[in-house]
Amino acid sequence: MLDFLKPPVLTIQEFFILAGRTIRSIPRRPHYLNDLLMQMDIIGVGSLPIVLLTGFFSGVVMGLQMSRALQTYGAVSQTGPIVAITLVREMGPVLTAVAAAGRNSSGIASELGSMKVTEQIDAMRALGTDPILKLVKPRFLATSFMLPCLTAIADFVGMIGGYIIAIGLLHLTSAEYWNGAYRALEYDDLAQGLIKPFIFGMVVSLVGCFYGLRTTGGTQGVGRATTQAVVVAIVWIFALNALITKIFVSR
Amino acid sequence: MAEAIVRFESVTVAFDGVPAIEDVSFEIFPGESRVILGAAGSGKTVILKTTLGLLRPERGRVFLFGHDITRMKEHELFDLRARCGMLFQEGALFDSLTIEENVAYPLLNQKSVSCPPEEVRARVEEALRFVELAHTLDKYPSELSGGMRRRVGIARANVTEPSLVLYDSPTAGLDPITANNIMALIVKERDVRRATTVIVTQRFQDGLIMDKYRYNPQTQSLEPAQRDGEGLKFLVLKQGRLVFEGSQQELQRSTDPYISKFVMRH
Repeated sequence: MLDFLKPPVLTIQEFFILAGRTIRSIPRRPHYLNDLLMQMDIIGVGSLPIVLLTGFFSGVVMGLQMSRALQTYGAVSQTGPIVAITLVREMGPVLTAVAAAGRNSSGIASELGSMKVTEQIDAMRALGTDPILKLVKPRFLATSFMLPCLTAIADFVGMIGGYIIAIGLLHLTSAEYWNGAYRALEYDDLAQGLIKPFIFGMVVSLVGCFYGLRTTGGTQGVGRATTQAVVVAIVWIFALNALITKIFVSR
Repeated sequence: MAEAIVRFESVTVAFDGVPAIEDVSFEIFPGESRVILGAAGSGKTVILKTTLGLLRPERGRVFLFGHDITRMKEHELFDLRARCGMLFQEGALFDSLTIEENVAYPLLNQKSVSCPPEEVRARVEEALRFVELAHTLDKYPSELSGGMRRRVGIARANVTEPSLVLYDSPTAGLDPITANNIMALIVKERDVRRATTVIVTQRFQDGLIMDKYRYNPQTQSLEPAQRDGEGLKFLVLKQGRLVFEGSQQELQRSTDPYISKFVMRH
């Protein structure tokens, strides 16, 4: 009767097996340092343009929206704190992770998927290389490390976006905006703002690798795996964001 | 008698509960050759991948170089795989690496292969010269034709001089001239190095070339051989089941409708 539940449960089980194997592989040799650096470049440096643009315009939009709401209560001076808190706690980590999912989960899934359907993964195993060590571990470490860095950059440019609105439209002084933003942020916010992208980074890379490595059905299968990776990664990001936020709010 | 290099004991491999090969048993001894024939989807590739532990059997046991690999862990298999070479169906060359890097890959990544770094280039050049592609070192796989990629695959499979070489449909999708050239290279590799060779194919002619020719190092060409079935056996798969094992003469004498149709078709 519950047969329809089998495929999703099996998929989740396989995902956690891959996650477990990946985490266990971190201390294991060989360490493919060149692959790690290359992935950090592709995932980190390669994602900079999209992260800068989404971060900046998020700050601009938030500044604009806040200006209307805060003018109603005569609290325009609170623009800095509100932009800072919203960006650091929520918008920065989530938007950066979604951008990374769109760019990197799909990239990883299509790259590994193409390797899978052309038997390159099998060839790698036959030639003495563990694909988890060579392919999954560098992507996992690179994404987990680079996403917090990208988020910090997105937060900063987002605050610059909010600053431009605060100065240009709301006629606040630089000191009012930046002092307000600085005072509003607590260590707890920074911790939340960095733990979230770290966990999202793990998810983005693992989901991409998972769907890439289980690709079947030729080029059509690669396309399917790519789409699934992006959709699943984004759903995971929002679900985990709710969970992590709940944990921080409850403290 | 020497220990079998490969032994399948009632092996069944299934995907989602559907058997790809069922109750398959055979043995291959050092220096022997096997030609596995079968229609598309009959489980030929599955046999090769199961031999290397790339696929795990649902039932039965697989032995490689005397070791039971049925439940062996992935990292434990690497030393055994280093003693094998495999040509995958479409070559399976790493498309982000040059031809030189592809052929050097097993020399640099197999722990039990002891090749000093300064000798790697020379070994790669030698392997590529053997398949007459020494001029392609700096090219990428996408710049080569299908037949050339297959030849690079042969070089990569043999660069470590493994004791067992597996060829997965080496002539599939190639024109007859290129296919015969590929088969000539496989016979040359087999006879020069005396490697145990397993080839899966849909073409009966490939098996005939393996059986009827040998490589003469003096003339550096193939010449007819009087083998009389010695050391070379044909296996025929039908829907995952092994329906025939014997010499080429026995194969051609078979009255089984599937086998004779298969043989006659080629």
